[in-house]
Amino acid sequence: MADTPFQVVGRQAKPAERVSAGELLTDAFKHFLANVQDYSEMAGRSLANLTSGPRYFQDILAQMDDIGVGSLPIVLMAGFFIGAVMVLQTGSQFTRFGQTALTGDVVALALVRELGPTLTGILVAGRCSSGIASELGSMVVTEQVDAMRAMGTDPSRKLVTPRVLAGILMLPLLTALNDFIGLLGGCVASVFTLRLNAVEFWTRAIDALDFADVMQGMMKPLVYGFILATIGCYKGLTVRGGTQGVGRATTQAVVVASVMIIAADLFLTRVSLYLGDKIF
Amino acid sequence: MTPSPPEPQASAVVTFENVRIGFDEEDVLRGVSLEVMPRETLVLLGETGTGKTLTLKLAAGLLRPTQGKIEVLGQEVSAMSERELLPYRRQVGFVFQEGALFDSLSVGENVAYQLREDRLDEEEIEQRVQEALRFVELEHTGDMLPSELSGGMRRRVSIARALAARPPIVLYDSPTAGLDPVTAQTIITLILRLRDVFGVTAMLATHRSQDGFALANFRFDPESNRVVRLTEKEGFVTAGGNAEPVTRFVVYREGRVYFEGGPEELAESKDAYLQRFLV
Repeated sequence: MADTPFQVVGRQAKPAERVSAGELLTDAFKHFLANVQDYSEMAGRSLANLTSGPRYFQDILAQMDDIGVGSLPIVLMAGFFIGAVMVLQTGSQFTRFGQTALTGDVVALALVRELGPTLTGILVAGRCSSGIASELGSMVVTEQVDAMRAMGTDPSRKLVTPRVLAGILMLPLLTALNDFIGLLGGCVASVFTLRLNAVEFWTRAIDALDFADVMQGMMKPLVYGFILATIGCYKGLTVRGGTQGVGRATTQAVVVASVMIIAADLFLTRVSLYLGDKIF
Repeated sequence: MTPSPPEPQASAVVTFENVRIGFDEEDVLRGVSLEVMPRETLVLLGETGTGKTLTLKLAAGLLRPTQGKIEVLGQEVSAMSERELLPYRRQVGFVFQEGALFDSLSVGENVAYQLREDRLDEEEIEQRVQEALRFVELEHTGDMLPSELSGGMRRRVSIARALAARPPIVLYDSPTAGLDPVTAQTIITLILRLRDVFGVTAMLATHRSQDGFALANFRFDPESNRVVRLTEKEGFVTAGGNAEPVTRFVVYREGRVYFEGGPEELAESKDAYLQRFLV
């Protein structure tokens, strides 16, 4: 400001400290643990908020529209092509044994159990975790989150919970559509390249699926939706360092959410196979 | 905006007792004690980074002190949980430095935000929003988005948003920072009107002492609808005894209260540090 005299503050510069590698590692580990703790607390609260008011139904609907309807084009497009590619890849192997009729089984199992949920999870993470992180991050940087708190609103209820709930509710629906369109893509590819009968493809595809397979395929996206929304919110709300920080948070949100989804996939698959044996 | 009776109350509205807060092991506020009496305006002066904004955020319960006690409106803010703080914060208006308007909501929705949160009925919300926007002379902007407004207008909307819920206390964080002198004057006039029409208690952080002196020397006369000088003779009005609004100054230096007193004392001070603020 032109009317402020030059600032002269007589603070002593801190003497440079020598830090050993061990200390650096311990600090990094402590920092990581603190982050995990903060994240878990935020994620837990986002669900606990549902048990009491105030609830923001308008925001929940708006987020469901954004995460669900907004992600439809990419999820459907990717689903169609993945289904078609699966047929090309597996079909070329099956022709060697003259068993092209099995293509339907393989595509259905792979899509419904694994590729459908995980692909949808990663695609939506790429689209929505980044979107959530940058939106909330910008709100933090421009003090809008503080303004919200100053007016007596809990950002966890107003911002986090609607996004997490929308993620959990919309991902299974997106996955179901992705599975269907994937099978459709597979059907088209098998009719044109393997000369299979479309009815035969569908019959085999549907017969190949057990209830356990569908359960597995619908349980995973519940967790993925939770992961991608909570990571996006956490990265957004913990933004430091202005506009640059928002960019960094956005990238990190996508990376962390995608990796966590793939890691969670391993454990979820193990759990669902176990449960599939025991229950269904 | 509750027209609190101007009776002489002994108890302070805001009390800070030896408050400390810091980040990364270095304290920014190092034992600050201050008081704000009812209907008083406390002007916080200090250079950047001396903790003016922190003080306001502490008073609003947005931050928690590492040490010390903060009492506002008879409630011990520093000891409240986040859950208890939510209803408390609704009694305190906060005008952020850059306005902090919700950029995805229209101006009207911004002003109505807290009223909707308080679940008032739409008719009353509409009425109060119009009233608040009329107060800042922006009633035609209700349907516009904040990005369509100029910086000064955004600042005025954020004042409207703070006063829509009629809080007895309003905290202004550098309300004139980055504005041209004419716009800054408009903002100060608004603060004067808010004080003199509705009798709000205020804390105002700024690095422009002229903002503080404007508040100390002028008052808004609702009858003539004009800003008038407080007394006939040139000079400052003393704090003691009169029913006029009182403005006091607190100057921070390196996290401590360096000066506390009325406008006269500050203006007449020969202290080199204080002189920097007197342009």
